[in-house]
Amino acid sequence: MAIEIDISHVARLARLELSERQLDTYGRQCRELLEHVARIQAVDTEGVEPTSHPFPMTNRFREDRVTPETVLGHEEVLAQAPDTEGPFFRVPPAIEED
Amino acid sequence: MAFNTIAGAARALRDGRVTSVGLAEQVLERTSMVEAQLHAYLTLDTDGLMAAAARADEDLAAGKDLGPLHGIPIAVKDNMTTRGMETTAGSRILSGYVPPYDATAVERLRDAGALIAGKTNLDEFAMGSSTENSAFGPTRNPWNTDRVPGGSSGGSAAAVAAGMALGGLGSDTGGSIRQPASLCGVVGAKPTYGAVSRYGLIAFASSLDQIGPIAHRVEDAALLLDAIGGHDPLDSTSYPGEIEPSGARLDGGLDGIRVGVARRLGGADAVEPDVEAAFDRTLAAMERAGAVTLDVDLTSTEQGLSAYYLIAPAECSANLARFDGVRYGLRVDGATTEQMMSRSRADGFGPEVTRRVLLGTFALSAGYHEAFYGQAQKVRTLIREDFARAYRQCDVLVSPTSATTAFPLGDRTEDPLSMYVSDVFTIPSNLAGHPAISVPIGLDRHDLPIGFQVMAPALEEAVMFQVAAGVESLAGFDTTVPFDPACGLRGGVR
Repeated sequence: MAIEIDISHVARLARLELSERQLDTYGRQCRELLEHVARIQAVDTEGVEPTSHPFPMTNRFREDRVTPETVLGHEEVLAQAPDTEGPFFRVPPAIEED
Repeated sequence: MAFNTIAGAARALRDGRVTSVGLAEQVLERTSMVEAQLHAYLTLDTDGLMAAAARADEDLAAGKDLGPLHGIPIAVKDNMTTRGMETTAGSRILSGYVPPYDATAVERLRDAGALIAGKTNLDEFAMGSSTENSAFGPTRNPWNTDRVPGGSSGGSAAAVAAGMALGGLGSDTGGSIRQPASLCGVVGAKPTYGAVSRYGLIAFASSLDQIGPIAHRVEDAALLLDAIGGHDPLDSTSYPGEIEPSGARLDGGLDGIRVGVARRLGGADAVEPDVEAAFDRTLAAMERAGAVTLDVDLTSTEQGLSAYYLIAPAECSANLARFDGVRYGLRVDGATTEQMMSRSRADGFGPEVTRRVLLGTFALSAGYHEAFYGQAQKVRTLIREDFARAYRQCDVLVSPTSATTAFPLGDRTEDPLSMYVSDVFTIPSNLAGHPAISVPIGLDRHDLPIGFQVMAPALEEAVMFQVAAGVESLAGFDTTVPFDPACGLRGGVR
């Protein structure tokens, strides 16, 4: 089956800033791979339930309590951040100014 | 003398024939001789290893014995977090990242007295079958340094095979423990989904990923698995019930075992003649040892590769969304938050990871979700049903682990699909969530190792290891890598 991919749109959704040349290459490779795996669409799955996990999983509730052994302090949390200010992660402007 | 099995070293430690410091020195000495050729480690913690070995010796002398892994040097794949030790997942985006916590599997190794020798190389975020996708350069196969070690746990498999650790941990999403174990001539097992906690395993495809052991002997792999397995409240997908210890029936033999032969598992074709011949020889030997073989129909697994290459990229695109240059890892500046994120990710991810993120994002996007991801999940159900039918007739299934032995570096890097086909025999177990193990059974005409895969129903690790131990004993394969202290490891065509 022929598959149309708007690769720049997909790259935007995936937050990947790629060059025109990279978009061309990845777009072609993704199309080829999808055309190969699209054979799966010929399988008759009428009435088949999807498997999202190998075992039937139900949500497991646990008590809502503080677990000091798995909770990190501010200093540890921020230690690996590329940019911080006080107790915060710092990023460039998220909303563009007019 | 050199020790290459965990069980043997554990006995020697208690007999006073060796110390943990001696084992650590042995591992470091071998590493100093072969690491320049192999590049199996991304981080080698020489000081930490020696200090931990000295403590292990003191503890043992004081009567504090933590069990069979006490004082044994182990290599850990670099996609499991290690407190205070750099963890990169083989990616530029995590270069320099030092986790503030241990993965549960790592913590349980430490609790069992094991020593973490270092962190091993892998395909970036475990995506690949040759370890060539590492941002820090490829690992080479200790049996022939012109060949790949397989992947994605190629660093752990090569390190264990070459004696740079006595055992290792890998992770397996579509074959990433079993295929490199096969190509490096060691034992590698993927446990039942949920048998080992994924807490602290840097996620690739959450419904498929599983941590498991790599070692020289089946018995050693069982020791490692039994140390790291069991329920963990920090992983909500971890199995809450009791599982029979993997090593409980190692001496059970093969008599009366019903063995389903899945020669064309996953629609495999083009199995190398030497691989096929070794597989047939092993089957015949199993029959002589009392096993009953029968052919099984697993037709739906022919769609396994296609289902896998929709499900795994889809889950990867969601999991890798966390790498955004905000909380940790690489940041490339931009005028806005979105630009900073998009540049950091484009710069930080290598080509294979970028390709899979794009593929997964597309497969999940509006208008295509049902035709691709939804259909793949339904096919996954059909594959599970095929396995369930097969297991009504037999106790275990067997196949080759890989259609080929170790291939030359660069052979499959240009065409992504040719690399993906490397995992055709191993992917079905991940889709079904079942355990599977690769056992080395011999060498091909180029002196490259051949692996034999044993699969079992969910939670039936004990039976799987029983059969694997039987196969190991029939094959009588010597896992020792040819090594000449004067010339190092072998390379080139022989």
